[in-house]
Amino acid sequence: MLLPLEWLKKYVEIDEDSRTLADKLTLTGSHVEAIISLDKGIENVVVGQVKNIRKHEKADRLLIVDVDIGEDIIQVITGATNFAEGDYVPVALVGAKLPGDIYIEKTNFRGIDSYGMLCSLEELGYEDNVISKEHREGIFVLDKKYPPGSDINDILGLYDEVIELEITPNRPDCLSVVGMAREAAAALDKKLRLPEIKVDNEVDDINNFVESIEIDYDLCNRYYTKVIKDVTIRESPLWLQIRLMEAGVRPINNIVDITNYVMLEFGQPLHAFDLDKLKQKRIVVRRARDGEKIVTLDGVKRDLNSSNLVITDGKEPVAIAGVMGGLDSEITDDTTTVLLESANFNGRSVRLTSKEHNLRSEASSRLEKDLDLNLCEIAAERVCQLVEQIGAGIVVKGTIDVYKSIPRERKIYLRPEKANDLLGTDLTIDDMMDYLQRLELTPTLKDGRLEVIIPTYRSDLNIEEDLIEEIGRIHGFHNIPIKPLVGTLTRGEKPYDKIVEDRADEILRGLGLNQVMTYSFISPRAYDRIRIKPDSKLRDYIELINPLGEDYSVMRTTLIPNMMDLLARNYNYGVKECYAYEIGNIFIPKELPIRQLPIERRTLSIGMYGDVDFYDIKEVVQILFDRLGIVGLEYIREQDDRTFHPNRTASLILKGEEIGIVGEVHGDVMDNYDIGSRVYIAQLNFDKMVEESNLDRRYKPLPKYPGIARDIAVVVDEDVLVGELEKIIWKNSQGLIEKVELFDIYVGDQVEEGKKSVAFSIFYRSSDRTLKDEEVNVIQQAIVEDLEKQLGAVLRA
Amino acid sequence: MREKLKRIRKEAMSNIEGLDNLDSLEDLRIKYMGKKGELTLALREMGKIPKEERPIIGALANEIRQQIEGELSRAKARLMDEMKRKRMEREKIDISISKNTRKLGHQHPLLHTIKELEDLFISMGFTVVDGPEVETVQYNFDALNSPENHPSRDFSDTFYITEDILLRTHTSPVQIRAMKQIKPPLRIISAGRTFRFDDVDDTHSPMFHQLEGLVIDKKVTMANLMHTIDVFIKELFGEDMKTRFRPHHFPFTEPSAEVDVSCFECKGEGCTHCNGTGWSMELLGCGMVHPKVLENCGIDSEEYSGFAFGMGIDRITMVRHGIDDIRLLFENDNRFLEQF
Repeated sequence: MLLPLEWLKKYVEIDEDSRTLADKLTLTGSHVEAIISLDKGIENVVVGQVKNIRKHEKADRLLIVDVDIGEDIIQVITGATNFAEGDYVPVALVGAKLPGDIYIEKTNFRGIDSYGMLCSLEELGYEDNVISKEHREGIFVLDKKYPPGSDINDILGLYDEVIELEITPNRPDCLSVVGMAREAAAALDKKLRLPEIKVDNEVDDINNFVESIEIDYDLCNRYYTKVIKDVTIRESPLWLQIRLMEAGVRPINNIVDITNYVMLEFGQPLHAFDLDKLKQKRIVVRRARDGEKIVTLDGVKRDLNSSNLVITDGKEPVAIAGVMGGLDSEITDDTTTVLLESANFNGRSVRLTSKEHNLRSEASSRLEKDLDLNLCEIAAERVCQLVEQIGAGIVVKGTIDVYKSIPRERKIYLRPEKANDLLGTDLTIDDMMDYLQRLELTPTLKDGRLEVIIPTYRSDLNIEEDLIEEIGRIHGFHNIPIKPLVGTLTRGEKPYDKIVEDRADEILRGLGLNQVMTYSFISPRAYDRIRIKPDSKLRDYIELINPLGEDYSVMRTTLIPNMMDLLARNYNYGVKECYAYEIGNIFIPKELPIRQLPIERRTLSIGMYGDVDFYDIKEVVQILFDRLGIVGLEYIREQDDRTFHPNRTASLILKGEEIGIVGEVHGDVMDNYDIGSRVYIAQLNFDKMVEESNLDRRYKPLPKYPGIARDIAVVVDEDVLVGELEKIIWKNSQGLIEKVELFDIYVGDQVEEGKKSVAFSIFYRSSDRTLKDEEVNVIQQAIVEDLEKQLGAVLRA
Repeated sequence: MREKLKRIRKEAMSNIEGLDNLDSLEDLRIKYMGKKGELTLALREMGKIPKEERPIIGALANEIRQQIEGELSRAKARLMDEMKRKRMEREKIDISISKNTRKLGHQHPLLHTIKELEDLFISMGFTVVDGPEVETVQYNFDALNSPENHPSRDFSDTFYITEDILLRTHTSPVQIRAMKQIKPPLRIISAGRTFRFDDVDDTHSPMFHQLEGLVIDKKVTMANLMHTIDVFIKELFGEDMKTRFRPHHFPFTEPSAEVDVSCFECKGEGCTHCNGTGWSMELLGCGMVHPKVLENCGIDSEEYSGFAFGMGIDRITMVRHGIDDIRLLFENDNRFLEQF
């Protein structure tokens, strides 16, 4: 919210400079986001009175104007025509500086000298959105007499400042100059002087103008009505326009400007209808009928529905309640009688309707909050007062005011010791009472407790803690001496699964993989891109009702699409090799559509491309398992997973249960992601890995006895896996084999077609004796026989 | 005989001294000490000399043998030493060349920040807990005292899966889970993914990260909260970092505050980054746990009090590393990741 400081200073005495004021407001809870200087850098622009206007004989479109600038009368040439002799206008003198680095010099228009320039508001640096229609074109003609030669900066208040505030949603009362004046008075410990509202002259009777007001009590809390007659629509006085422009609101005409002024001043939005344009002289506030339409003030035709609350004249909608008025009943130059609405609607309804029609305004942003119902009356009367004050019309006697109930002041009890306990302070009861009084709350000490009367506009204060906060913030949180926690707990812990995850991070990074992080939601089309079958369980994903777009619309049941995305992105960026891993959740519904929270399974994905092959990624997996103390991982050839290469992929089996997959990505999948390099991916159930991990390490004595190395080479069918051979070797080890290493695979002339020769180096060692050749021979023999029996292996000579 | 031996000695010594390689050394050894070596042959002739001279000549011969052997082994050592030196002389390399074959993976800067924060809070006595990304409306809003009409509940702010199930919009539901599971006193923190209906731009992401902290005990005060935050900020950003507690509003705390720290750019002088205020805004939200929230979790608000705080980790990470676009955190561009 924009708060002009000159306006604020009318209601509370402020001697502090703006920076000090901003700090004090911020530290008491009204967050000042910026201090905006209105200074537009204008120099040497003064008020001038137009004395004489005559035509330029050599240029049709130019006028020669004599302007009285106080000490002198100067001649100025202008192209504008919207002014008359006697008018007061801004004159940029020779040597003047205007916004946008414009400097005024003496110029010559077809033989006639011009000693300055008459200025428009735009030329004076005003933004389009606050310039009224009247002043969009032509010279800015001032509203009344000003001494010629006066600095225009003074006239327009350009030496003033505005502060921009962040108002929290619980304090709609602060969305107003008056509300902020209360805060400033409390923060600075100054007296508040609010305007006295009174209308001197009321005539006639409202019932002669309005037949009835009926409201939907569900969605309308109060509808307070006044009528103003004999209205003369014209431009508002400059002081009023300046206030509006400073607050970022465009001046329209005197009646509308006053309603906006009062909204900014008291925080209560108001609306003025042209009473003569209402088809019936009554107001009915009801839900719109489906299919009803209204053309709003911005000229847009809008389709209404039954969730929208509308103001009608008993026949058709004339405004969307709290959001925007209708074009048909708007105040125009011809308006003579005004029906003034000062109402309070259901906040949720206003919020949803303004959102639905994309019409957030100063009015809707206030009415969607919990405004005080008493404001309706105050604001309407204030409008009437101003109407009278600037002579915009005559206020009609009487009001029509419809409501179900109006809140009254309430009481909250506060235990001073509780306040000190919660804040950690040693404030006295007097301190506390002082802070509360500064906020216009009324405390009385009764039996050691404070009974505090809460004004109705403080809807945010409901319980004792709320008052403790008020005391705390006026005292200043920054004035509370900080104290370390005491208590029973001293030792922090990390759960085991986090410890394992940290360990896994270290291992994987140590292996040269970068840690990555991707979104939890993916596109359902990703499942096609990684070739998941239509009936696969992986497609039992949870969908968002309101995703940002299809790309982020389902909760992932696999990390592979994210991994492919990022590998593809890096590939496109020309990154030559990319090794990455992510540990993240996949979301497995317990039923679809879900009625309970899904299983969130921690999952590890590894992705690699570059100078690597299947064995590199497999090694990464194996080292990870080894170092996490997970034993017994088996690799089974996997030919049915459509994401992967049918002949270069393995399922990972632990204790008979599938725990993941590792392999080369299927060629079609690589094409789908436009990656021109072979990609290797592994995906693992990390929850299961945590369960099976063992980070305890026990020392085993180092070998005391020498070992014996033996080689063994066998010829087997080409399809036989080395792993199968190794398994049989280990099976026959009798606990004496320390290491089995594959050192050669040979296919070629030396062996039969369809066969391969596989050679291992086996290292034997016993922990309690020196092995004898004969013992080893027996095992070697057993291995060869078993290999032959199980796999048809023939010992190679 | 004596002369012969002395001559052999003289000649051998001079030959050994002139040695320049190991092969010749072996030749010399054979020449004198081998089976047909001169000294060996000379000794075989011992029988020919008179008996009484034999011990003297024998002693002399032994002495000469030891001398030659000694000289040979010294020469060997000298030659080996020379060879080693020459080899190393030849092995001069260009030490400016890099091989670039070893790789150490990089930690994601955001996850690095989380880990650092977790470790920091663990050292302050907090225990790390986890919560689900998919949450109930009950835990995400209702139990946290969020008004039913609060805009944050709208479809335009929160991702919903059903009417009652959503993607958590903050880590605060972990507070509820912790309070329902653990009897006070408790001190926990929880970091994780959070989601809000924000279109992607350089400062917004529909997925982001928060870290939440909660302390419940008897007689926990605002002063304790402020101390905890102060310690944490100083640890994270340095001792000279100032903090400012600014009263604010959250439905689940009362009193509530936002914490600003000295502007990271100007260190408090006032600059364009901080709108001239000298403060970096809204680093963290915190407050004393609202009595309704305590009651919602079955904790007696007259007996216990507590504080909670939450912060956006993405922003902290960006500020620490000078990252100007949040999208970089989720794109996983190697050229970005490998800077950390």
